[in-house]
Amino acid sequence: MRLNQYWGDQGCVILQPHDVEVGAGTLHPATVLRALGPKSWNAAYVQPSRRPGDGRYGENPNRLQHYYQYQVILKPNPANMQDLYLGSLRAIGLDLKLHDIRFVEDDWENPTVGAWGLGWEVWCDGMEVSQYTYFQQVGGLDVFPVAGEMTYGLERLAMYVFGVDNVYDLPFNDPDSPLGAVSYGEVFLENERQHSEANFHGYDVDVLKGQFEDMERQVPLMLARNYQNKALVLPAYDMVLKASHLFNLMNARGAIAVAERASYIGRIRDLCKMCAQAWVDQQEDAA
Amino acid sequence: MPQLLLELFSEEIPARMQGNAARDLERMARDGLSKAGLISEGLKAFAGPRRLTLVVEGLPVAQPDVSEEVKGPRVGAPDQAMDGFLRKTGLAREALVERDGVWFGHIHRTGRPTAEIIAELVGEIVRGFAWPKSMTWGRGKLRWVRPLQRILCVFNREIVPLEIDGLVAGDLSEGHRFMAETRVFRARDFDEYHEALAGHFVVLDVEERKARILEGARTLCFARGLELVEDDGLLEEVAGLAEWPTPILGDMDPAFLDLPPEVIRTSMRTHQKYFAVRKPGEAGLAPYFLVVANIEAPDGGKAIAAGNAKVLSARLSDARFFWDEDRKDGNFERWLEKLNGVTFHAKLGTMAERVERIAALAKEIAPLVGADPDKAALAARLCKADLASEMVGEFPELQGIMGGYYARAEGASFETRSASAPQDDEQGAGGLTKGRHAEEPASAGVSKHAQEIADAIRDHYRPQGPGDAVPTAPLSVAVALADKLDTLVGFFAIDEKPTGSKDPFALRRAALGVLRIILSGSYRMPLMEVLHDAALRVGLAQQAPVIEATEANIRRIAEETGGSEIIAAYEQSTFAAEFGGNLPLLAIMRARDDLRPFLADRLKVLLRDQGKRHDLVDAVFALGDDDLVRIVARVDALSGFLATEDGTNLLQGYKRAANILRAEEKKGPLPTGAPTRAAAPAEEGALFDALTAAGPKLDAALAAEDFTGAMTALAALRGPVDAFFDKVLVNSDVAAERDNRLRLLQTVQTAMGRVADFSLVTG
Repeated sequence: MRLNQYWGDQGCVILQPHDVEVGAGTLHPATVLRALGPKSWNAAYVQPSRRPGDGRYGENPNRLQHYYQYQVILKPNPANMQDLYLGSLRAIGLDLKLHDIRFVEDDWENPTVGAWGLGWEVWCDGMEVSQYTYFQQVGGLDVFPVAGEMTYGLERLAMYVFGVDNVYDLPFNDPDSPLGAVSYGEVFLENERQHSEANFHGYDVDVLKGQFEDMERQVPLMLARNYQNKALVLPAYDMVLKASHLFNLMNARGAIAVAERASYIGRIRDLCKMCAQAWVDQQEDAA
Repeated sequence: MPQLLLELFSEEIPARMQGNAARDLERMARDGLSKAGLISEGLKAFAGPRRLTLVVEGLPVAQPDVSEEVKGPRVGAPDQAMDGFLRKTGLAREALVERDGVWFGHIHRTGRPTAEIIAELVGEIVRGFAWPKSMTWGRGKLRWVRPLQRILCVFNREIVPLEIDGLVAGDLSEGHRFMAETRVFRARDFDEYHEALAGHFVVLDVEERKARILEGARTLCFARGLELVEDDGLLEEVAGLAEWPTPILGDMDPAFLDLPPEVIRTSMRTHQKYFAVRKPGEAGLAPYFLVVANIEAPDGGKAIAAGNAKVLSARLSDARFFWDEDRKDGNFERWLEKLNGVTFHAKLGTMAERVERIAALAKEIAPLVGADPDKAALAARLCKADLASEMVGEFPELQGIMGGYYARAEGASFETRSASAPQDDEQGAGGLTKGRHAEEPASAGVSKHAQEIADAIRDHYRPQGPGDAVPTAPLSVAVALADKLDTLVGFFAIDEKPTGSKDPFALRRAALGVLRIILSGSYRMPLMEVLHDAALRVGLAQQAPVIEATEANIRRIAEETGGSEIIAAYEQSTFAAEFGGNLPLLAIMRARDDLRPFLADRLKVLLRDQGKRHDLVDAVFALGDDDLVRIVARVDALSGFLATEDGTNLLQGYKRAANILRAEEKKGPLPTGAPTRAAAPAEEGALFDALTAAGPKLDAALAAEDFTGAMTALAALRGPVDAFFDKVLVNSDVAAERDNRLRLLQTVQTAMGRVADFSLVTG
C-alpha cells in the first residue's frame, strides 16, 4: 500500500491493526497511549473500525458498520506536517493542481476517552478525505509535546481514486487477475448484513450490560497489579476499549436512554483516565 | 513617514473567526501604539485563510521626548526624603532649583525607538490574542488558533528584531499553497507585499475576495442564462476558505429538482458551501450549483466540478431519503408522540407539553385576530411536529418550512380533524389520532382549510429577524403569537432573561416579533391579559417549584416587580382560586410583571427605529395602557399635536403649572376638590369655562379613541391657559383665591394627563 510506503519513508513505524474492536483508529493504543508522555513517537497503521450504529444492512453505498481507517500519528508534530500530509495525497495519485484541496475547520472530540484537539477535515473537491487533528488532551491529560494525527477513510479514498460510486463495487484485488476479480462487496457485504442485524436486534442487552460491568471491574484490578514495577496499563486499556465497544453495541440496540448516555460515557472516560494517568506515570519514571 | 507591516502566517484559520481576528488585531495595535505615545496616520488589518496582516502608516521613528517638572520635598525636609526623591528620579542634588520653599527638578526622557516598542507590542499581541479556541503545537508553549508558521515584521523597511517562542520575525512570507511557482517571497513594505501576494495568487482583502466571487459567479451564471441565489452569510464564509477564490459552475442531476428548493439550498449551503442557482423570474432552482474553489485548475475546473457534483448527488440522495420517509402516512401522529420524549427545557417540560400550551393559547388568541379558535388550536398542535422529522433532524433551520410541506402532503386528512378536534385543552396528541380516524380522509386535493393550517405551521416562527416578513393570515398570526408568548413567559418564569449582549433563547427577537405582528395587523388585544393567560399555562405545566410561597417571598417579589396585585391576591387568599393552589406560580407572576417593562423597552426600540420620539413613547407608556395599537395611535396624535403652535405652547403651560404645583406642594398639602368659577378676574373664569367645555369633548374623543380629536379638545385650552398665566397671580394673598387657582391648575394637569404624561415630554 502506497500510504505505508510513503509514511515508512518519512520514518514512521508501520504497525498492524490492534486486535480489539475499536470505534476509530484513534483508539489504537499506539495513538491514545503513545500520544501521552514526553517521548517522541511516529507511527502509521490500518485499523478496522466498528460503528455498530452505522450499520445499513449493506444497502447504503457510503455507510458501513465495519470499515478501515488509515491512521498516522506524529509526536511531536513536525512543523511541516501539513506538507507531509499533502505529500501523502500526491503519493496516492492525486494531482493537487487539478483538484481542490481545502482545510475546513473541524475540531475533534472524543468524550469517551476524554480527548480533544483542533484541526480540520480535509476536503478534496468537496469530499471529506481525511481528518487532521492536533491533540490537545487525551484521557483528560494535556498532550505534551503535541501529537498530530491524520486519519484517512480508506474506502472513501479508494472510491475517489477508482472513480466508484458504491463502496461494494470497489475492486478488492487486481480485476485482471487470473484468479478472477473480487469486489469489496463479495468480501464484506454479507458481513455488513449479518452484523447490522446483530447490532440492531441480535445482541442480548443484559449480557452486554454484564460484560460492560465485568470490564469496568477489571480495569482497576489490572492497574493495581504490577509486573517489574509497572502497572498493567496495556491490558487494562484493552478492557477500556472493550467496554467502549460494548457501550456502542448497547447504544445501537437502543438500550441506553438519553439520560443514561452521559453517565455511561463518563464511566468509560473515568476508566480511560486511570489508564492514561498510569501510562504517563510509567513514561515519566522511565524518562 | 515610516510604515509598519506585520503578518502572522499560520495554518488554516477557521473562516468564522477571521473577521473578528482582523478587528481585534486592529484594536490591539491601535491601543498599544497610542499607549506608547505613537500616533499613526492610518491603520488597517486584513484576515484570510492563512494570515493576519496589519499595516500602520505614518508612524514616527521614535517616541517623542518627554520633559517634565517634578516636585520634590520641601526645603528643610529630612535627608531621607531628599535621598528617596533623588533615587526615584535619578536627578542630582545640584540640578534641583528652589521655588517657594519647595525643591523642583527637571526630568528629560528620550523617546525610545519605535521599532523597540513594536517588538514588544507584537509579542504582547500574539501572546494575548483572544481566539475563541486556541491550541499549542510541537514542543512549544505558545497558543494560537492553529500552528503559527511565520512572522513578517518590518518597520521603515527594516526587519524588526523580535522572537516569540522560538519563532524569529523576518521579511519573508508565503503565497498560495498550490498555485504559486515559488513558495516564499520577501517584502519590506506594504506595496511590495501586496504585489507579491497578487503574484503568488493570494487576494489579501476579504472584501476583494468577496467581490471576486460575486463577479465571477454572476458572470458564469449570466453566460448560461441563470441567476445566482445570493447569500451573504455563505459569501462571507467561502471568502474565508480560499486565498484565490475561483467560482465554478457545476451540474446537478435535474432529478433532484422535485425536492423543495429550501432543502436543496440548505443541503448545498450547510454541507458543501455551494451557492444555488435559478432561472431569472422562475420559481424554484435550476439544476446547477456554484462552488468556490481555491485554485484555477488547468482543465478549467472540470475535474473539480465533476468531483463536487458527485458529492452533491450523495448529499441530495440522503435528503431525498429523508423527504420520502417523512411523507409517509401517519407521520404527524408518530412525530407528536415522539415530542413526549423531547425535552424543551429542563424546567419547562417536554416539547409535547409546550405544544399543548401553545395550542391552548392560540385558541384564546384566535378570536382577537380573526381566526377560528379550533383551527388555531389544531394548527398549533401540529406546528412543532416536524422537529421529530428526519429532515429537520438533519437541517434544524428547516423547522416550520418542512412542517408546512408535510402538512400539505397530508392535507386532506385535516378535514376530518377540525370537525372532531378535541375541544378540551387537556387532551393531547391521542385525541388527535382518534379525530383523524373517525372518518375516511376526503378528497386528495388540498383544501383551503388544509392550506391555511399548512401555512400557519410554515410561518409560525416568523418574523425570524428584522428583515423577515411577519405572518398576516389570521391562523398563522394566532399560532405565531402563541408560540412566541409561551417562549417569553416560560424563560422569564425560570429567570433566563436576556442580560447585556447575552440572549441565548432569542427572547428579544421573540418580543419584537410579537410587537411587529400585532402592530402590522392592528390587532386589538389587552396584551397583559394574554400574557397572564400564557403565564398561567406555563405555571400549571411547570414541574419544580421555583420559589416558595412564604409571605416574605411574596413581599420581596412584589417589591421587585412592583406587582402589588401579587400581595393583594395573597392577602385576599385568592391564590387558590386564581392559580389552582399552585404556588410556583408566584414566579410566573413575576415573569409576567417583568415582561411588561421588557416589552415596553422593545416597543420603544421599535418605534424609535420608525423615527418616533423616545420621550413621546415614554409619555404615552406612562398611562399604563397595554393595547399596542392604541399606544401607537396616541404617540402619533401627540407627535402631530406637538408640531403645532398650540401644542408647543400648551406644553409650556403644562410645565409652568407643574412647576408651580410642585413648588406649592413643598410648602404644604395642595388643596383638594374641584375648582369653582370665579367672577373675577375674567381670565380665571375663562379658564374654568374652557376646562368645563373641554371635559366632555375629551371624554367623547377618548371613548372613540379619536386621539386627534382629544388633542383638538386640549388645543382649546391653550388660549385660556396662556391668558391665565399672563394676567392672574396664582399665589394670591387671599387663601381662598390661591386654593381655587391651584385647583384650576390641577384640573389642567389632570385633563392633559388623560392623553399623555406631559411631564415626560422634553422641550
